[in-house]
Amino acid sequence: MGKSLELTVNGKRHSITSDGDVTLLQVLRDELGLTGTKYGCGEGQCGACTVLLGGMARRACQLPVSTVAGQSITTIEGLERDGKLHPLQHAFIEAGAFQCAYCTPGMIMSGVALLGQKARPSREEIAHALDGNICRCGTYPRILEAVERASASMAGGA
Amino acid sequence: MKPATKGVLVEPERYELRGQPIHHFSIARRDFFKVLGAGIAVFTVASEAPAGMPQESGRGRRAEEELPKDITSWLHVGEDGVVTTFTGKVEIGQNIRTSLAQSVADELRVPFESVRMVMGDTALTPFDMGTFGSRTTPTMAPQLRHVASVARDLLVEQAAKEWNVPAEKLVAANAKVTDPASGRSLAYAELAKGKTLAQEIPEADPVTPPSEWTVAGKPIPKVNARDFVTGRHQYTPDLRPAGVLHGKVLRPPAFHATLVSLDASAAEQMPGVVVVRDGDFVAVAGRSEREAEKAAASLKAEWKSPEARASSRNIYSYLKEKAESRGNGRDRETAGSIEEGLQAAARRLEATYTVAYIAHTPLEPRAAVAEWNDGKLTVWTGTQRPFGVREELADAFQLPQDRIRVIVPDTGSAYGGKHTADAALEAARLARAAKRPVKVVWTREEEMTWAYFRPAGVIDIRSGITADGKLKAWEFHNYNSGSSGIGTPYDVANRHIEFHSVDSPLRQGSYRGLAATANHFARESHMDELAHAAGLDPLEFRLKNLSDARLRAVFEAAAKSFGWPRKKTEAGQGFGMGGGVEKKGYVATFAEVRVESTKAIRVKKVVCAFECGAIVNPDGLRNQVSGANVMGLGGALFEAIEFADGKILNPHLAKYRVPRFRDLPEIEVVLLDRKDIPSAGAGETPLIGLAPAIGNAVFDATGKRLRSLPMLPALLQA
Repeated sequence: MGKSLELTVNGKRHSITSDGDVTLLQVLRDELGLTGTKYGCGEGQCGACTVLLGGMARRACQLPVSTVAGQSITTIEGLERDGKLHPLQHAFIEAGAFQCAYCTPGMIMSGVALLGQKARPSREEIAHALDGNICRCGTYPRILEAVERASASMAGGA
Repeated sequence: MKPATKGVLVEPERYELRGQPIHHFSIARRDFFKVLGAGIAVFTVASEAPAGMPQESGRGRRAEEELPKDITSWLHVGEDGVVTTFTGKVEIGQNIRTSLAQSVADELRVPFESVRMVMGDTALTPFDMGTFGSRTTPTMAPQLRHVASVARDLLVEQAAKEWNVPAEKLVAANAKVTDPASGRSLAYAELAKGKTLAQEIPEADPVTPPSEWTVAGKPIPKVNARDFVTGRHQYTPDLRPAGVLHGKVLRPPAFHATLVSLDASAAEQMPGVVVVRDGDFVAVAGRSEREAEKAAASLKAEWKSPEARASSRNIYSYLKEKAESRGNGRDRETAGSIEEGLQAAARRLEATYTVAYIAHTPLEPRAAVAEWNDGKLTVWTGTQRPFGVREELADAFQLPQDRIRVIVPDTGSAYGGKHTADAALEAARLARAAKRPVKVVWTREEEMTWAYFRPAGVIDIRSGITADGKLKAWEFHNYNSGSSGIGTPYDVANRHIEFHSVDSPLRQGSYRGLAATANHFARESHMDELAHAAGLDPLEFRLKNLSDARLRAVFEAAAKSFGWPRKKTEAGQGFGMGGGVEKKGYVATFAEVRVESTKAIRVKKVVCAFECGAIVNPDGLRNQVSGANVMGLGGALFEAIEFADGKILNPHLAKYRVPRFRDLPEIEVVLLDRKDIPSAGAGETPLIGLAPAIGNAVFDATGKRLRSLPMLPALLQA
């Protein structure tokens, strides 16, 4: 049986009882109950499980939890602050950037990572950064629009 | 008292039951009001089963406690002013939770926010065959409008009684009834107070014409959008009832393999693990997903695999060989004489087109949570057919249907792929053995192997045209892919159109647009070939043979936006079109492609004109039309299931390419709003013009005709 691991998720510290080889995705969903991070493929191909690790977008399904012990992880549940949505969450609603919305949390996390690295990305840069996230409903044009809106509103201090 | 329409329920959402499921729920009025509280309720009663719709097998068998199947929808106005509307339809990303609520709000004259939709719950919602075939907007929306209009009349009558004035002098608007003469008004909430008033009505047409819609026809955002962007919405895989176990099914090494022996001793030793063997079904449940995976991995099973009948390499010749020699009458349409038509033609053409099996690949895999209590079964699952799933469960467990409740959380897409009860059956079987709730979530590999596929198919066409480009003969045979959209909208006196069914080597079923994609690919590619044979512009050739005004209108609208005919401005550039009518939706799609020196096909621009009668939610419709074209890129250019020896060879997203951001063309959606025509559905038809438009554009660019879907670059190198 595994020894206890420490994980910081959305600013909260957790002691994990799962084995170290269990994926971060399984720990988030099953042990911590943070089900906003989705399983889509388990092979790092669809981006539905994207979380932030030190501000970088990472696929939680590809990370054994032991490799992220002690690190700070942000999930979709950690973006809303005091009932106020992150500008990109807000922009997704404004742009209607979803249909079934199963890909939405992963899309938003990839978008937040991008905006953290580059405040005003071009449309091509957004498409490139989000290319690892699949939306089967095909709402890509509106997702691009949402990231652009968020970028503009964040730059404007809105 | 103020109407409780503001603030009480900011966002209409699925009706969350607190406490036990409601058993013995029936249409008896007092029971209905016990569940929902006092108020005013209206039910629609179907006079007969909808004509032309497929009947679910065994539908006639009605469990004694279940809802009468002739009740098709209902609506309740509560003492708090909240309007609760019930439908057996489900939300799978097509945005009907929003668009149906719009229709109800419109007809009842209440703010959109006060309407909540209870959807896809076999214990609460009326029987519904399923959410497929683009039926929700043309059938369910009018039904709900009708109940809403009757409820409005009831409310007006209540006010008329109260004030002792004639009902026709009163006005219903903004969730209240007003007497313009005296200026008095009563909120719906006040009128519903203390009442238990119910009315049954026959199905009928709605009363408010689209030209007078106020809430419908507007781009209202998705109702519970905030839940989706925060990750709060719980799809089936996100449900975690207390004590839930995780289930894993041991999959055979090949299709139709039978279990010879099983050694489950290692798994049985594992703490907390439950093993089930039932015939060829072997599965385990464990306290965590990882424990279940470990237990499944420890199973030692020996299987016997039958000889595989076909592979993706020989599938098209196989389908032709095994096809039934003659379709039955329903799948066959003839007029005039093909031979005479061909003889009279100045130019004749013959060509064969093929389409591969493809996978729906919904991002939320098939999943279910099952729980048994006192011999009753509750299953949460993402399905398009909650009542169909209930029936499959009833058959499998030999239970009356009233002991089973199927609940569908808003689901992470389906595209026609979630009609069957597979995951529900597996979870329920495990849960019965474990005596605890069990969750089964398919892996992507299971999803791409054990679900069902869009059928592969072969289409043979023979045709003839006169010297001036009029169609004289049209012979069209579809092998296996299906008969949706098989007819031709073009004017041709000599026709023979036939669907030939085949016992498919792979499990196959519905897919967004069904065979209309294959049939339109074949027909619209062939029309392009004929246009070139006649030396006519492809648009001119189509219009010359087309008298359907609505189809002409979308072709003309798309052509105008696209700028057809266009001059080539760069190497490898090409332009093409495809279109048609299906499920009362009219579509014309124009594409600009660029064929790279590597032979890769890049779609640069798509213009899609679509007309489906009166538009209910233009924003949602735009999203559907655009999304359908993005999805269509996959089947047109990349997607194909490869199989051999009873195995799927590419059951992973790394090997099965679906459209990504990098593939995204510029997409322009042109909507034609026909307020004089009843609304048709829009989830499927916008997809069907894309593949032929791309194929025809590739021909324009390269002079090579691609007659197979997907149109892989390798086909251009040959």
